[in-house]
Amino acid sequence: MSILVIIEHDRGDVAPAMFEALTVARELEGDVEAVVIGEGAETAATQLGAYGAETVHHVTSDELGDYSPEAWGQAAVEAIKELDPEVVMTAGTDRGNELMAQIGARMDLPFVANCVELNDDASEMIRSQWGGALHEETTLDAEIKLVSVAPHAVEATTEEAAGDIEELEVEIDAGLNRTVIKDRVVMNEGITLSTAPVVISGGRAVGSAEGFAPLEELAGELGGKVGCSRAVTNNGWRPHSDQVGQTGTRIAPTIYIASGISGATQHWVGAMGSKNILAINTDPEANMVTKAGWAVIADLHVMIPAITEEVRKRKA
Amino acid sequence: MRILALVKRVPAPGARINITADEQHVDDKHLGHAVSPHEECATEAAVQLVEKHGGDVTVLTLGPPEAEEQLRYAASTGVNKIVLVPTDGTPYDPQRTAAALADAIGQMEAADGEFDLIIFGNESADSGGFQVGVRVAYALGRPMVNAIKGLEIEGAPEGHIIARREIDAGVEVYELPLPACVGVKEGINLPRYPTMKGRLASKKAELNSIETDSDAGSQKMVRLVSPPETVNETVILGTGPEAAGAVVDLLEELGVM
Ligand SMILES: Cc1cc2nc3c(=O)[nH]c(=O)nc-3n(C[C@H](O)[C@H](O)[C@H](O)COP(=O)(O)OP(=O)(O)OC[C@H]3O[C@@H](n4cnc5c(N)ncnc54)[C@H](O)[C@@H]3O)c2cc1C
Repeated sequence: MSILVIIEHDRGDVAPAMFEALTVARELEGDVEAVVIGEGAETAATQLGAYGAETVHHVTSDELGDYSPEAWGQAAVEAIKELDPEVVMTAGTDRGNELMAQIGARMDLPFVANCVELNDDASEMIRSQWGGALHEETTLDAEIKLVSVAPHAVEATTEEAAGDIEELEVEIDAGLNRTVIKDRVVMNEGITLSTAPVVISGGRAVGSAEGFAPLEELAGELGGKVGCSRAVTNNGWRPHSDQVGQTGTRIAPTIYIASGISGATQHWVGAMGSKNILAINTDPEANMVTKAGWAVIADLHVMIPAITEEVRKRKA
Repeated sequence: MRILALVKRVPAPGARINITADEQHVDDKHLGHAVSPHEECATEAAVQLVEKHGGDVTVLTLGPPEAEEQLRYAASTGVNKIVLVPTDGTPYDPQRTAAALADAIGQMEAADGEFDLIIFGNESADSGGFQVGVRVAYALGRPMVNAIKGLEIEGAPEGHIIARREIDAGVEVYELPLPACVGVKEGINLPRYPTMKGRLASKKAELNSIETDSDAGSQKMVRLVSPPETVNETVILGTGPEAAGAVVDLLEELGVM
């Protein structure tokens, strides 16, 4: 059996979730081969042998350049037709899932997104629903099985393989570049919510946009970022880019301080990657409190300034 | 401009997602329901574009008869036409959903003309298949990009859309010729609340219904299960400002001071 892994990369930068997908691919019964497409594919290709790819197929065409879901999707389809794999896999990222959906649509094949576990031939799997708050056991009956691997489902490990690069020229319709990236805006924000070592969030209980000032102060002292729940963004108190959760950002700080947040499942799935969680809540039964490693049962409006004061005292 | 937004009715669970005894559904007996957040933003994006460029907004959902509730809500926020594509009562897999939607859109376009723009949510909040929009767009032969957090139209109605996708290091900009499809993410806008006038109008809005034909795909759900939960003993550091010392001890221990 052969497993073809479609590599999600941005001008040669391979998405970290791709190495997790390659790790999962190796656990299936069969040979792992990779497909790289588009601008920077040569650079991406050289990184894949270390993760167990025996062969790396470098798909080329005059029409392939920067990412275009339709052009890259059709190029992947041509490669699949040529190489005839049993399983086609990628990472469950925005691009990975988009590419696989393009392949599924173009080949009229089912596609199972965000798998967390697969059997040997990808005919049975567990996939993630509700951003990971629920699991679905699924069977897949198809000549070519299309799957993506949920980010963080496994830890990426290396396994040296040949990684031989083979050229594969395909023909695709130039019109498909109607969805190519036309322009990029580079932003350099420094630390972001998803990379911050400390995240201090406030929920509905903060009560107003101004109410976040004490959280900002504490975050400033600790070199952290302020986050929030959806109740807060819905009220327009903070921008959506601060929202932690299923439809917001997934965070992974050393410590997450969640104040005045009840801990609904959709918030929790964004917070659960944190290494430590401290809940500040007036309700000892709140889900955030019972799931956290540490908690203070108190009013956040009193507690946050008290912590800031203590931090300043010790720094002085 | 004729714009179509596609939405899905989902349960709104809180601290836990409970599963029915037959393990086939989320137990929603005691839950409210909502439009999936990304799609709530799809509706808002459609209404904003029509406010700017003129035209009309249709909102369509594929789902059970109860989804009328979500359609009436949409009608109260500035949507001109609401359409229900009834399912046969079972959950549809992604291929089947896409086939039914493409069929329904085809019927609507044959009767009233093409939609300039079709807006999906990036993925549904519950089953999260990440593919229905792409499949429908392909069936209709239209360009499609997903994960969009910024959307403008230039030179309507023959022109193109500018769509922005956020990535770690910045923003990718796409330019798609109309007619086009996009999948949007929450954060692209802040959906409005219904006005009193909107609420009254929504009660009178005509509910259109379109029957479709579609076959089940070959991905079959066996059952739903709760993922293993991390159970831990929560250490209570205190019940008031005197706990600040213990909190900062913890911060020091973790090396984040
Ligand atoms: C499909 C879907 C997707 C969603 N996606 C997200 C998402 O990405 N992110 C997200 O956050 N939510 C999301 N939600 C919403 C989620 O279900 C909750 O409604 C939301 O997280 C609640 O926000 P909250 O905890 O701030 O508010 P509440 O649930 O109202 O909780 C407020 C908490 O504050 C505590 N409190 C009150 N007063 C004080 C005080 N003075 N001091 C300290 N504590 C106090 C209360 O005990 C309570 O626990 C989603 C919902 C749906 C249906």
